[in-house]
Amino acid sequence: MRQAANGGRMRRVWALIKKEVRQVVRDPSSIAIGIVMPVVLILLFGYGMSLDVTNVPVALVLEDSSPASTDLASSFELSPYFAAQRTTSMRHAEQLMLARKVDGIVRIRPDFSRRLSRGDAEVQVLVHGIDANRARIIQTYAQGAIGVWAARRTAEGQQVLSGPVQVQNRLWFNEANESRFFLVPGLVVLVMTLIGALLTSLVVAREWERGTIEALFVTPVRPGEILLGKTVPYFVLGMIGLALCLLAAKFLFHVPFRGSVLVLTGVSMLYLLVALALGLLISTTLKSQFVASQITLLVTFLPAVMLSGFLFDLRSLPAVVQFITYLLPARYYVTLLQTIFLVGDVWAVILPNATVLALMMTALLWLARRATRKELA
Amino acid sequence: MIDTLLRILALTRKELLAILKDPRTRLSIVLPPILQCLIYGYVATYDLNEVRYAVLDKDRSAASRELLTGLDGSGVFRRVANLTRPADIHRVIDDGKALLVIQIEQDFARRLMSGASAGVQVIADGRNSNTAGTAMGYVNAIVEQFNADWRAAHNQGDPPVRLTTRAWYNPNLETRWHMIPALLGMLTLLETVLLTGLSVAREREQGTFDQLLVTPFRPAEIMVGKAVPPMLVGIVQATLVLLVAQLWFHIPFAGSFFTLYVALTVFLLAASGIGLLLSSVSATMQQAMLYSFLLIMPFALLSGFTTPISSMPELLQYFTLINPLRYAIEMAHRVYLEGAGLPLLWPQLWPLAIIAAVSLSASSWMFRHRLV
Repeated sequence: MRQAANGGRMRRVWALIKKEVRQVVRDPSSIAIGIVMPVVLILLFGYGMSLDVTNVPVALVLEDSSPASTDLASSFELSPYFAAQRTTSMRHAEQLMLARKVDGIVRIRPDFSRRLSRGDAEVQVLVHGIDANRARIIQTYAQGAIGVWAARRTAEGQQVLSGPVQVQNRLWFNEANESRFFLVPGLVVLVMTLIGALLTSLVVAREWERGTIEALFVTPVRPGEILLGKTVPYFVLGMIGLALCLLAAKFLFHVPFRGSVLVLTGVSMLYLLVALALGLLISTTLKSQFVASQITLLVTFLPAVMLSGFLFDLRSLPAVVQFITYLLPARYYVTLLQTIFLVGDVWAVILPNATVLALMMTALLWLARRATRKELA
Repeated sequence: MIDTLLRILALTRKELLAILKDPRTRLSIVLPPILQCLIYGYVATYDLNEVRYAVLDKDRSAASRELLTGLDGSGVFRRVANLTRPADIHRVIDDGKALLVIQIEQDFARRLMSGASAGVQVIADGRNSNTAGTAMGYVNAIVEQFNADWRAAHNQGDPPVRLTTRAWYNPNLETRWHMIPALLGMLTLLETVLLTGLSVAREREQGTFDQLLVTPFRPAEIMVGKAVPPMLVGIVQATLVLLVAQLWFHIPFAGSFFTLYVALTVFLLAASGIGLLLSSVSATMQQAMLYSFLLIMPFALLSGFTTPISSMPELLQYFTLINPLRYAIEMAHRVYLEGAGLPLLWPQLWPLAIIAAVSLSASSWMFRHRLV
């Protein structure tokens, strides 16, 4: 008797899964989000987006024609960070900056060499400040170009310019300082969030808006089975997205992978289930595709970009916002991804973060199960 | 003519009702812009105001302590550990306890006294290399200051070349000034494309589109009636963003509101054209929604909003030329921060006008071909 009931349940769930899979496969838009979107994102993140600043267009205003200043100018011209364009008038340079043809102006004043011999020469750098991050990087690079010049002069025995204390910087885990190395792991979060939450936020709401949910209610299917039938196909889609991302990270972008695939897959499954449960919960509660998608973007996608530590450093946030980030699953997943990719299986990081994700998953699945009732509003 | 206007007005009214009658939809139009403004305003900054670091001071001299005091006194650096063995460096970095480890060699003070240059090693957690780079930049600045003080105290003279820097339009280099005006384009694009696409797709899905076609409305009138309400919503949202930017974050507005709203209208025309175009290829609301998202994502990533366009590969830089958001963000910055007037916006306005013309006429073609 019991076995028969179990068999019936299996059959019902299987039928629901089949229906949902057909719906996904036959609707080009689901495939677009499930497969095309990850590929587009991979290409954009890998090739298109870069926080590394190179070839910054700058105007080089050379008002002094002494050997020392031409030498300094050439160190800007030779730097891989700048695409310098020489000019002799400050007015012209300012016009270039106003038209946004250049992002900065390096000005070497007429009295440069005279003051250099006195030991108080000055190089002026003006930056276009609207993109503040970039402006700051340009300032640092300008300092660097001057440092290179100073070192060269020192080597030629002209004057010791280097400071008494010299800083040697070393960047662990990302020696080449490539922003791609943290953008690509971050991309995995975005893909999993989109597939997990955005697609599922539509599935139940769609049935409500089309009225097909009532048809589902009169079948012998139980609420838990509805939930399972809606989860499995999107779970599979999410894992395909993950596989695509991992393959691209390894073979296309050569992002170092120092942890184990098994651990990564495990924590990704946890996060995917969290996202799926959240999407279903929102969808079941709101019953409108537009509102559900808006709310999903607001509570899953936006935090995954902004509040997960993927782009911005969480330790620098105001205390209230920091507190909020602890409630968001993306935060834990980003920490896990960055560590597993670039550092390795550091259990001191993996265990606590994975535990939180597991707890969130349990709570959200329970809530989603509770929200799925065979009741008409 | 008058009839046309009246019909468009009637359809606009009906569309606005459809959008605004549901309190949850009303909320989901008003709430996201405000919340996003606050999140971007507070979160989106590459500045660091807390850098946790550990020290491995092998020298333990007065000079090394002085250098470290400079770090501790900066208000940004917070020392979380004093290490004794080099092996500990891995421990604090791997766990993420410290972002930086500063290692001072044994002969630090001796070399300083003898006039040779002394090395300080900074090891940074490169998991987010951008954050690490910023933090290392801060260390460099503090060491520069230490150098200057040391020279002054030991009569070694000033450093021979000084760098003075100044930033235009954003003197304190606040990332917020960059982010929030950009939201004017970002948020309104998403909402306008989505609402335009949905309003047609909803009618298709519910079968009322055919009813609309048997009314005296001409296809062009239907299009206008469908495009105007989302544009109005976009303008309301932009106004909300402006209010938050000025009343909450006090970002000085350098331009004129008239210029800004004219620019915004041209941009929203392009956005609604894209929305209509998407709706003509989608049979259901889900499709309209997911396609809009699929399109807006690359627009957002390649707009210069998060990463600069000039750092992109050339091929993608060409793609940004057909990206309406790129122009919207440029205009928002130029009007809001630089105070540019309409004539100066011409380089952004004409591409947007072309995008609007092409997308609107393409979607009107699609509409008519559906009718046949």
